[in-house]
Order: sequence, then structure tokens, then C-alpha cells
Amino acid sequence: MEKKSVFKRFLYSQKVAPYVFILPFILTFLIFFAYPIVSTIAMSFQKVAGDNTTFVGLKNYKMLMNPVFYKSLKNSIFYMIVSCALMIPIPMILATMLNSRHMRAKGFFRSMMFVPALTSVVVAGVVFRLMFGELEGSFMNQVLEFFGKDPVIWLRKPLTVWLALFVLCLWRWTGVNMMYYLSGLQQISGDLYESASIDGASSVQQFRFITLPLLKPTTIYVLTISIFGGLAMFTESYLLFNGNKSPNNVGTTIVGYLYRMGMEQNNIGIGSAIGVLLLVIVMVINVIQLGLNGTFKKGE
Amino acid sequence: MQKKNKVFSVLLFIFFILVVAVTMLPLILLLVSSFRPGSDLMRFGLNFDVNWATANVDNYKLLFSGQNNYFNWYKNSLLITVIQVVLALFLSACVGYGFAMYNFRFKNVAFACVLLVMMIPTEVIILPLYRLIIGMGIMDSMWGIMLPYIVAPMLIFFFRQYLSGISKEFLDAARVDGCTEYGIFFRIMIPLMKPSFAAMGIYQGMSSWNNFLWPMIVMRSQSKITLPVGLQSLMSPYGNNYDILIAGSCFAIIPILILFVCFQSYFIEGMTAGGVKG
Repeated sequence: MEKKSVFKRFLYSQKVAPYVFILPFILTFLIFFAYPIVSTIAMSFQKVAGDNTTFVGLKNYKMLMNPVFYKSLKNSIFYMIVSCALMIPIPMILATMLNSRHMRAKGFFRSMMFVPALTSVVVAGVVFRLMFGELEGSFMNQVLEFFGKDPVIWLRKPLTVWLALFVLCLWRWTGVNMMYYLSGLQQISGDLYESASIDGASSVQQFRFITLPLLKPTTIYVLTISIFGGLAMFTESYLLFNGNKSPNNVGTTIVGYLYRMGMEQNNIGIGSAIGVLLLVIVMVINVIQLGLNGTFKKGE
Repeated sequence: MQKKNKVFSVLLFIFFILVVAVTMLPLILLLVSSFRPGSDLMRFGLNFDVNWATANVDNYKLLFSGQNNYFNWYKNSLLITVIQVVLALFLSACVGYGFAMYNFRFKNVAFACVLLVMMIPTEVIILPLYRLIIGMGIMDSMWGIMLPYIVAPMLIFFFRQYLSGISKEFLDAARVDGCTEYGIFFRIMIPLMKPSFAAMGIYQGMSSWNNFLWPMIVMRSQSKITLPVGLQSLMSPYGNNYDILIAGSCFAIIPILILFVCFQSYFIEGMTAGGVKG
């Protein structure tokens, strides 16, 4: 009895309580994050067969030096760069236009453009796969026909595959990114624009010298999520091609290759090596970004 | 000048009408196609050439007939979403509260870990996580889907941010009145946090409801899979399941759309919660 109350007092003390509160995070972090990271690093140097593992040194990494891996790496990086190039300026300009005082029914347009973000990647994938279907009557081929062009097999050649992937990305995320920019814009004081227009600044100049610099925190955030989202893209391609397969690997990404090696071919060692490389890329980008943001802060 | 503004305003309006039309097009396409037989889609492709004379609701009748797994998947998804939202909200609120209201050793290290989890795409650890779930014997169960993500870093971050706006004097006053540390959390803080629960519940609910890759890896039995995984499995190359696929996709969005119309501001706040960082 005495012991229990000591324990209880210990548990209820102000010193121990915070650790109790954060315990759920500590536990899940150790079990479902730290341990998997360590084990994936370990497995990347091993040959894994069931529970038996043998150390193989850098063999898994050497196996990765093959054209398919290079292609998937190139695809992921290309997707990341282009999606950043699309998903920052377009939502920013749309948000600025929507925020204009000449605009009516702002709330309506804002909500409507948010709707695609509510659909699951699967539903979006189903619609886009069928829209970009190879049949003559598939929607995108009908659009081509309208412009007097012959139907094409969209999901075969790189150019049209990328087009489909970027249209899908734009469709799903423009509304969300626009919302980030709208909340960024609302924090900019209207006085700035007023005094600028008294000084005779055109709306383009106002955008360039007031809006753009003051939206920088938003842009940094959108850039960050777009970089990591772009690098880890997999499900979009999986659904568009109805499986982790695309003609000539046009749509295979790093994560797609990881999934193919690790899950489909049960080659955990190589899959882990890909995971580690992806981790390294992500960490390098993080460090670069933290460095850049740090220097920006010093400059301000 | 005034006239010029008027013209500008009209042009802007027309422009956004067009943007919204393009945005809604895929969903409208999906909706009108759900009234056509699946074999039509297979033969002619997904398009707007609907013959309204033959349009019918047979696909929906089939969907509701109970001769397929659709509502089983729906139920699975709903159950997982509800449980995960409740648990993730509660646990993440505890953690966020711990970070916001106390000073303790290793606090900065622990919080750096939260940020680390947020920064690293979960796909990096999908293989070891898969092996771990097998090792723990929770493959093919909903705990396998939920446990690894039961405490959400995003939610911790948001709750911490939200609570940092609440005065700590509350705590001291409550302590003087003899409230325990946990009593403060349950009796005082949780009621104060209600508005943030709504937004975060929607954030977590949307990600659980729409989650695809991890549930696909964890679930094996046809009867246990979630709605997105089930819908994907209908996308066979022969198109013999298109009746259910299209109507089922529509019916997966409709409840969310209704909720969105009712709780719009919470949706927008919840799904753009990351923006508070900026």
C-alpha cells in the first residue's frame, strides 16, 4: 500500500508528468521510426532471406548501378523539379488574382478549387487513367480530335505520360497550395498597396516589390512540401498505370523501384539500399534548406 | 478609370469560372459516367457522350445489392478512420500538451525528433516497417494499418502551436486548487482545445480515409481491405468491374463532399494546417 502511493506520487509529480504526456510519441518514435531506420540501414549491407541475414558489404549498392535505377532516379528528380516549377507560381498567381478587390464570390471559387484535394489518390487515379485512355473516345483523345489531331496512346511515350502526371498533380494540389498563398496574402497589410499606388506603382510592380517578397515564408513552406512530395511520388504513377509497371519504365520512380525490389521481388537488401539512398537525398536537401533559411534570417 | 475596373472585374470573374469548370470536369465526368453501363466505358472510353435516354441507376443498384464487397470495404474504411481519428487526436493532444506546457530535460531533442519524422517521407522505411508488422503478428489486421501512425507528428505540431497561445497561469491556478497534472489536462485543457480538435480531426480523418499504399501492403484478405485498396483492385484490364468501380468511386466522394459543404472552414483549416509553420 505504502509502495503504491510512493509510485503514485512519483507519477503525479510535476517533474514526471511531462514525460508521461510525451510517452506515446517516444514509444512510437522508437518502435516505428528509429528502429526501422536503423534496420533499413543494416539490411542495406545484408542479404536477407527470411530471418537469415548475411553481410554482403556494398554489394546491394553496386547492384543499383543499373539503367533502370538511374532512370527511376532521373524520373523522380525530374518530377520533383517540374512539380515545384508548376505548383508554386500557378497557385501564387491564382491566389493573388482571387484576393484582388475587384474579385467577386471569392468564397465560392476558393471552395470549388479545394474540392479535388478531397478525393483520394485512387479516385483521382481512376478518373485520370480513363480520361487519358487509349481509346478513340477517351476524353483526352476527344479533346485532340476537337483540335483536328489524331488520337494518341497517352500512357506510353514519355512526353504524354509526364503530361498526364503533371495534370493530375496540378488538379489535386492547386487548390491546397492556393489556400496557403491566400492565408499568406491576408497577412499583408492593405496599407502597403495603398501607399504604393499613391506613389504610382503599377499592379505588376506592386506584385513584384510587395507581394512576392512578403510571401516568401509561404513559398518556402510550399517548396518544402513539394520537394518531398515530388521525390516520394509513387501512388500517382501506380494508379495511372494500374500497377507498378509502365512501358519502358517511363513512370517508374525511386519509391516505385524500391517497392518493386523490396515488395514484389522480395529483395529486401536492395530495397533497403534504395531506401537509404532516398534518405540521404532527403537529408541533404534538408541541410541545404536549413542552411539557406538560416542565412536568410541573418540577412533580415 | 471606374469603367476600366469594371471590365477587369468581369474578365477576372470569367477567368475563374473557366478555372473552376476545368477543375470540376473530371468529377462531373465521373458522375455522369456512373449512369452508363460499364461495358460502354470499356468500348467507347470515358467521355461526355451520354445517351440520356438509356442512362440509368443500375450501377448504384448493383452497388447496394450486397452482392459484392463494396460496403464491406466501406465499413472497414469507416471503422479504421473513426478509431484512428479518436486515438490519434487524443494521443497527439497529450504529446502536444506536454511540449507546450512543460519544461523538461531533453525537450528540445524530443521535439527535434517530431520534426525529423515530419521531414522524412514515410516511404523510406516502408520495407523495415513491413517486416516489423509481420514480426509483431499484426499483418492483415487494422492494427497493422493504424499502430505505426497512431501518434501523428503533424498533429503534435499543431496542438503545441495552438496551446502555446494559452496562458500558463491557468495551470498554476488549477494546481493551487488541488488539481493533479492529469486533471488539468482532462478537465481544463481538453475543453479549451475543442476548436483545434475539429480541424485536426478532419486532417487525420481525410488522411486515414484516403490512405492507400500502407493499407494495401498490410491487408491481405479481400474482405478486410479498405475502400481505396478495394476500388483499385476493381481496375482490371478487362473492364468487367467498371460498373462498380465508377459508381463506387462516386459514392466514396459524396459523403466527404457533404461534410465539406457543412464544415468548410474546418476542412480548409485542417488540411492546410501545415501552413502555420510559415
